Amino acid sequence: MKKQLKIVVLAKQVPDTRNVGKDAMTAEGTVNRAALPAIFNPEDLNALEAALQLKDMTEGSTVQVLTMGPLRAADIIRDAMYRGADGGYLLSGREFAGSDTLATSYALSCALKQIKPDVIVAGRQAIDGDTAQVGPQVAQKLDLPQVTYTEEIVELKESSIVVKRRLENGFEVVECPIPLVMTVNGSAKECRPQNARRVMKYKHALTKSEVAAAADSLSAELVGKKEYLQIVELSAQDVNPDMAQLGLSGSPTKVKKIENVVFQAKESKRLTGSDSDINELMVELIASHTLG
Amino acid sequence: MNNVFVYIELEGGKIADVSLELLTKGRELASTLGVKLEAVVLGEHLQGVEQELAKYGADTVWVADDKEFAPFRTLPHTAVMCGLIEDEKPQIALFGATPIGRDFAPRVSSALFSGLTADCTQLVIGDHTDAKTGKEYKNLLYQIRPAFGGNIIATIVNPENRPQMATVREGVMRKEVAEKPAAGEVKAIEWKKYLKDTDLVVKILDRQIEERKIDIKGASVIVAGGYGMGSKENFQLVHDLADVLGAEVGASRAAVDAGFTEHARQIGQTGVTVRPKLYIACGISGQIQHTAGMDQSSMIISINSDPNAPINKIADYAITGDVNEIIPKMIKYYKQNSK
Repeated sequence: MKKQLKIVVLAKQVPDTRNVGKDAMTAEGTVNRAALPAIFNPEDLNALEAALQLKDMTEGSTVQVLTMGPLRAADIIRDAMYRGADGGYLLSGREFAGSDTLATSYALSCALKQIKPDVIVAGRQAIDGDTAQVGPQVAQKLDLPQVTYTEEIVELKESSIVVKRRLENGFEVVECPIPLVMTVNGSAKECRPQNARRVMKYKHALTKSEVAAAADSLSAELVGKKEYLQIVELSAQDVNPDMAQLGLSGSPTKVKKIENVVFQAKESKRLTGSDSDINELMVELIASHTLG
Repeated sequence: MNNVFVYIELEGGKIADVSLELLTKGRELASTLGVKLEAVVLGEHLQGVEQELAKYGADTVWVADDKEFAPFRTLPHTAVMCGLIEDEKPQIALFGATPIGRDFAPRVSSALFSGLTADCTQLVIGDHTDAKTGKEYKNLLYQIRPAFGGNIIATIVNPENRPQMATVREGVMRKEVAEKPAAGEVKAIEWKKYLKDTDLVVKILDRQIEERKIDIKGASVIVAGGYGMGSKENFQLVHDLADVLGAEVGASRAAVDAGFTEHARQIGQTGVTVRPKLYIACGISGQIQHTAGMDQSSMIISINSDPNAPINKIADYAITGDVNEIIPKMIKYYKQNSK
């Protein structure tokens, strides 16, 4: 009989930067952020699937989602519940604004110290930053070993997990003791879809802010009666942090400057194969950071 | 103290290209700052490794040579790197944005409470004034990287924390031997004092490194060739341009059917759909079967002898002419203008 696992998935709601097609650009050639939908970070869905697989291997295990973000990020917790998660935590507050990866990892680690999971699973990276830093940094803050780029869970043992990791030119199979932090690659198994019965069951799940905003609704009434419909909302104070390590003040990296990458007009420009035309084109591509 | 560190990555006993690229850049940064360039190598059987590193300008080569360091594992490398940084206090530490660098550099940065910028495309020394406090900082490392799916370029600085850490992808920086080789003085890292038993808990059970896989889906720049390339031999030009630009090679179905290249590179309805920042279509007419797989590219350049080729309707730049003449010119002028 294997030990029941308390599993937490770290997930993020992100703007869908993959779909910045020509229609998502403004006339000036900059990104029209409002046109980008907020989605479940793709590799965090792979992480959720890995967590649900672990849960399926041991009866009595639970999967909770932890996300840091604005109140609307509760959407991805509900989405995860529809797919098989048992519940979730939303870490939200002004104190977290302006966090770089280190301040984010610190805030998440404070919440995780209270939740005390056996296994923490995160997507390799989020598509709005592509840094792949938060997983390893959370592991460091909690003094846990880490296994990055997980593609497949090979075996769950009594006190360890055997994992296949995807490397650039190959793979590696490693055994890591529990507790640990795993990050999961986009090449891992796709997440199972929403389940219709679970949607019916969990569509009323709300955070306390959402209950307050819709006090007279059926959902609010149901959340009051059924504990499994409560999405736990955590403020900065709730996770007992060193406030100086949160948000901007806890972020060693500062953004000095942001430049929009301006794309050229859509009307095609005709060039000849002459040396001067090709030279001009290369100069332009380098200057606009399209190349180099 | 206060020097520039470059973490050296080994691939099957050989120094990774990205590490030599970082030494080339590190040498420039160190000379601007008037400090030394120090390479850090953790691995096994490292005798003589300093010779190659000295050619690329490493004044010092820190070495930890033991079986615990090969193959790479996160915790031992993190422990030793953190210990050495705390003792030697470099102002800058650079890592390859490889599976190894992206795995353990974040952990090092967290342990040292030092900022890390991932996937930088430029590194420059410059001054900085804090907008709020008005405090001035001299000679910071500007860490420049694309963000938001490549739609913005951000310049990041770490004013207060040291070392200033950054990762850089392979092929982004130029690799060049130093005009005058450096001393490459070997210093043994006293790694045993940094390593704890708990750093050895993860066991590698199996490890297989295959040939490099083709990843056109993830590429930010794609150079694709079509039937208009004329022959398998001429198709090599597409590879040449892609190599220079750090791009992946794609192909139209007609080029694959003609045997110019392998099927894994086929873009379009029966191949892969891609959405790169830049797509260069060489000798591709632009049938819908092909354009369906690439018309969402942020920028499209076409090279075709036919000014009325359908591809030109979706191209941002349409170059009319012979691919065999134009591609070499693109290579020449890119090299001339970059860096």
